[in-house]
Amino acid sequence: MTQLALVIDLNVCVGCHACVTSCKEWNTSGAAGPMSDERPYGADPTGTFFNRVQTFEVGTFPDTETVHFPKSCLHCEDPPCVPVCPTGASYKREQDGIVLVDYDKCIACKYCAWACPYGAREVDEKQKVMKKCTLCVDRIYDQSLPESDRRPACVMACPTSARLFGDIHDPASDVSRAIREQGGYQLMPELGTRPANHYLPRRKTRISIHEDELMRADNPLKIDSKLPRPGLQEPSLDDVTSW
Amino acid sequence: MNPAFSVIFLTTLIGAGQGLFLALFTVESYAAFELLHAQHRSFYAAGSMVALALLVAGLVASFFHLGHPERAWRAAAMWRTSWLSREVIALPAFMGVVFLYGAAHLLAFNPLLLTLPSGTPVNLTAILGVAGTVLAFVLFVCTAMIYACLRFLREWHTPLTVLNYTLLGGASGFALATAVAAFLAPSVTAFLAGWAMILTVLAFIGRVASLIRNARIKNASTVQNAIGVRHPRITQRSQGAMGGSFNTREFFHGKTPAALRAIKWSFLALSFPLPIALLGLGWAYHSPVLLATAFVVQYAGLLLERWFFFAQANHPQNLYYQSIG
Repeated sequence: MTQLALVIDLNVCVGCHACVTSCKEWNTSGAAGPMSDERPYGADPTGTFFNRVQTFEVGTFPDTETVHFPKSCLHCEDPPCVPVCPTGASYKREQDGIVLVDYDKCIACKYCAWACPYGAREVDEKQKVMKKCTLCVDRIYDQSLPESDRRPACVMACPTSARLFGDIHDPASDVSRAIREQGGYQLMPELGTRPANHYLPRRKTRISIHEDELMRADNPLKIDSKLPRPGLQEPSLDDVTSW
Repeated sequence: MNPAFSVIFLTTLIGAGQGLFLALFTVESYAAFELLHAQHRSFYAAGSMVALALLVAGLVASFFHLGHPERAWRAAAMWRTSWLSREVIALPAFMGVVFLYGAAHLLAFNPLLLTLPSGTPVNLTAILGVAGTVLAFVLFVCTAMIYACLRFLREWHTPLTVLNYTLLGGASGFALATAVAAFLAPSVTAFLAGWAMILTVLAFIGRVASLIRNARIKNASTVQNAIGVRHPRITQRSQGAMGGSFNTREFFHGKTPAALRAIKWSFLALSFPLPIALLGLGWAYHSPVLLATAFVVQYAGLLLERWFFFAQANHPQNLYYQSIG
């Protein structure tokens, strides 16, 4: 069983919103209809988005850290939005695990949005149907695109490669390896929805410095001195000259 | 949650309609067993028409909740998994039975189908009444389970939700039946007023129990496991959009805690003690107007009650929408 998903590296995300605009650009131009905006140039603009980058501050000033947090549908393996749908418009694809909405069946009762704990679904105010991330299902299988482009628009756009895309059920895939080796985790795991999308945690970059790296010494181990090699306690050039 | 008036009217109107039908058939059953005086069929016919009108009004209100009401018929498809789909089936089925029950009484088409060993006659309306009673309870369960089945919304995820929808619908329906009886069947007014008061007291107990429960619950999710960062102090600095989104419109009611408290005390007063007092006075003074007022006051209270029911639910997605920027 394939389960396509995104793995988002919070250690690498710089919060540039390129994935947001790229997602909007690709998905508003598709055959499924535009992601409509209300008052886009007015004082109170709003609109349909599949993906947003949020920002959180961790800690207390001055000891703080900024976490940029991209948020989209997590394509849960046990999606709570699917069984509540009265029309069957919401469904999870057998072949790749993508959770999709059939816009021709949706009545926009919003019940799926109530059932989703992550707030991943929203009503398109013009088309009057529920919309959410499709993992660019109209792109990742498109044979007319070069193979390197058969990835979601957000993944293509990310300048820091913070977004990985692949099959999390294939243990040899990049995403599975990233989850396994870099501590990938799920959001709100206590709710039992088993999100397919994973996040890679922030990591502290630390270097360890040994004492002999701090002590200025000229060739302290006497590696390339004249042969026969003098003993370590013999005076070195630093000890006998003032330069 | 941001309460939607379509859903508030749907749930309160059909609740009163179901309760009214249950009250009508209670009277008919008691009369069949000769525990009450037999009533003229015009009482049942008129009562059924009022119940049907409430159900139709509720159904109409529900359409305003939909983005694509012309596709509403599709909502019957997923009854295996969705309580909303089950409600979509149960509501028209119940309306059909109420219509047939009212029509049978109106047209005096009520053939004797069989006689119980005890000698009690079983007419067509008795069969329809039993079917309607079963469907009324099925519909209460379906309506309430739409909310009670959402396990992330802990304020709703409790058997008290089902109990309260049933009791509140029953109380308002019996109050309305009392008013209808005051005009058309005065001899059962006292009986119905008594049951309306009993149901109102039971509904009060159930609703206060859920208020106490909801005041004590803690959300399972925190901002820490919402974004997966283990630190006691996490503050949102941006939610990705300045102008609001579906997430901020649908899941926040935007009222102050003081307004919420005012609505809570208003619905507690309007739904329970005031109707009981009005029912008691109307009963004592044989005043159909007071009895009708009791229903109107209680229904207004239930509108506020339902508003509060929705507003009180704190959706876990709100953890992602704490601050605009």
